[in-house]
Amino acid sequence: MNKLSTLFVGIFITFVSAWLGLVVIPYIQLGGLKPEKDEITGALMPPALSGSAQRGRLVYAANGCVYCHSQQVRGSARRLPEGEVPPDIARGWGARRTFPRDYLGERPHFLGTMRTGPDLANVGLRYTADWQHRHLYAPAAISRGSTMPPFRYLYKKQRIVGAGTPDALDFSLIPGVEPPEEGYEIVPTEQARDLVAYLLALRRSSYDLPEAAE
Amino acid sequence: MSPISAQQSALNPDADSLTPAQRMAERAAIDRSCRTPCLVFFGTSMFWLMLGTILAIIASTKLHTPEFMVSLPFFGDVGLLTFGRIRPAHLNTVIYGWASTAALGVCVWLMARLCRVQVMNTWILVTAGALWNLGVFVGMLGILLGWSTGVEWLEMPTQAAFILFTSYALMSVWAILMFANRKPGHIFVSQWYIFGALFWFPWLYGCVQILLLLQPVEGSVQGIINWWFAHNVLGLWFTPIGLATAYYLIPKVTGKPIHSYYLSILGFWSLALFYSWNGGHHLVNGPVPAWIISVSIVASAMMIIPVVTVAINHHLTMKGSFHLLKTSPTLRFVVFGAMSYTLASLQGISMAFRISNEVTHFTHYTIGHSHVGMYLFFTMMMFGAMYYIMPRLVGWEWPSARLIKIHFWCTAVGGVVMIIALAGGGIEQGLKLVNIWLKEAPTEANPSGTPYSFMEILAGTLPWLWVRTMSGILIFIGHVAFGINFVLMLLRRGERRLTPTLLGEKSSSPKLEAVTA
Ligand code: HEC
Repeated sequence: MNKLSTLFVGIFITFVSAWLGLVVIPYIQLGGLKPEKDEITGALMPPALSGSAQRGRLVYAANGCVYCHSQQVRGSARRLPEGEVPPDIARGWGARRTFPRDYLGERPHFLGTMRTGPDLANVGLRYTADWQHRHLYAPAAISRGSTMPPFRYLYKKQRIVGAGTPDALDFSLIPGVEPPEEGYEIVPTEQARDLVAYLLALRRSSYDLPEAAE
Repeated sequence: MSPISAQQSALNPDADSLTPAQRMAERAAIDRSCRTPCLVFFGTSMFWLMLGTILAIIASTKLHTPEFMVSLPFFGDVGLLTFGRIRPAHLNTVIYGWASTAALGVCVWLMARLCRVQVMNTWILVTAGALWNLGVFVGMLGILLGWSTGVEWLEMPTQAAFILFTSYALMSVWAILMFANRKPGHIFVSQWYIFGALFWFPWLYGCVQILLLLQPVEGSVQGIINWWFAHNVLGLWFTPIGLATAYYLIPKVTGKPIHSYYLSILGFWSLALFYSWNGGHHLVNGPVPAWIISVSIVASAMMIIPVVTVAINHHLTMKGSFHLLKTSPTLRFVVFGAMSYTLASLQGISMAFRISNEVTHFTHYTIGHSHVGMYLFFTMMMFGAMYYIMPRLVGWEWPSARLIKIHFWCTAVGGVVMIIALAGGGIEQGLKLVNIWLKEAPTEANPSGTPYSFMEILAGTLPWLWVRTMSGILIFIGHVAFGINFVLMLLRRGERRLTPTLLGEKSSSPKLEAVTA
């Protein structure tokens, strides 16, 4: 191997083969995937995100939720005993496994690689907006022993005007955390509202896909 | 003298028809020509290494103590310090700031030595180095300020990526000029790897920038391309540079040629062929077509070929010279790195199968694995290379053998403890998450047993994470020792030595590493 040309051709071919296999072909295979239309209601599956939820995706990206949370319900490679479901489903993270179609339109993707925290593929089915705000503000007060970082910087303190803001945090439900002084309230910033809109939109088990029937 | 065959020149970095005096003069001139660009790369990589280690300790601490460093005086709580920004800032600083910058420095020197020409167009390299650092700086700042792209391993905002890409393009132009001007007839094993790496990386990086960030594809396809990239950064950028370093320095320090030509060839081509197909194993059981995963698993299993051939080849080259590990700092780090390469790869293979992956995926075990690769293998290899190259650039030996020893033992012990903590914690976490390790074994009344709750599993990982933070502090101490020695050397402190700084007893074979070798 003392000829540069031989070396170059080999280096090129080996790399191109994998590039075709892992980049180009998947793109061709999955690039044309479209949302499924519900025959009765005409609704799209997966549904498109609202504007606020779209912006919430960016908040999710900027604050690195993906380093602790996956968004995929896996099947199991083991032969499970009769009547037993894969562990992800047993943990209540979704009613079925997820498929490529569930992720249409996602840029960037949040499939994730780590489960320091629970899977969020269907978290919108589990909690209300108010719970999400309280939890983001003080995770350890809501889930005892939680190591999720507090996202207090997504909330702001302001003087109460009139009857107060509807989505201000209710400190009677956040044990052990000091409420703000008399006459003030803690409210979500726009970013926090968008983020929670996004979290509430994560409901991949709420619609059925033809491929889930296999 | 008889002409030198292609085989000989591929195996012996000193195969030429020069007299020893001529060879010494040629090398000294080459080393002198590398001085400015290499010092730019090495000096700045040291800065990122320190910063990266500090970010690592902060991120690691936050994982068990979430209220650690969440606010700044006067500002109160700030997004800049949240775990989800510090962690990618750590990754990008060590990958692009430390490891890649050091790798580029090593590439420059190896290229000059192996092409046997003095570095020309130094300005290209210095510009590339300055741009590279600017890119990393902008990128890291962007991540901390919340402009992350959100794609793992590619978090830097596209502006930063653009700067990095420009810098890399300059490097490639320079490398092509060097190759074109090389002394004829010689391609040493290391050059195969360098040549591959310099070609593969820009393709990888350019391709993902376009497909993930500029004209992004959607959802699952993103995931596939994302992991095709992230895995290949290791496999087709860091691994070839690390192996090129080992292939050059082991024969240099031991004074023996590489053991086998055929093993070298087999190792290189099987790596090129199989590694690039591995990426899909990051999505085992995930929402991607099954064939991608199957192909990646097969390719991962085939990695046994390059790994074992390289391990045997290095081992047989080292055979009979293991006593040098006691004295030579370079060899100690390089051999440690080479052994970790084997370990990292075997571990990687074992994690790729559907059954094992179900347990280790989504746990700290994976993080541990990437540190075996990036730290115990690649970083240790770069340390070894810097111990060898720096004296030849500066014309001054390492001032303190004791600091070298502290550096080695803190990083080696710290690194190993970190891996054990993450592997142990990860396996416990994984077995519990997939309900193999149950809280209560199945009984007649309760046929599937009682699994651990998520919060119980989380609590189980905390002691391991504490150990990991401790190991990070140990590693940091090692880096500080290295940094002090590095700065003292640049300042030409300590006694003037004519022979290299060795560890342990002074008697055994100091000549091999003399500055002119
Ligand atoms: C350091 C890791 C970490 C980061 C970063 C993190 N989380 Fe968490 N998260 C956890 C842990 C641990 C739990 C489980 C304990 C709890 O409920 O707080 C959790 C739980 C949750 C839950 C409740 C899930 C359930 O099923 O009970 C939601 C929702 C959530 N996180 C959202 C987020 C969002 C949104 C972000 C980013 C802004 C984020 N997390 C960032 C670790 C993290």
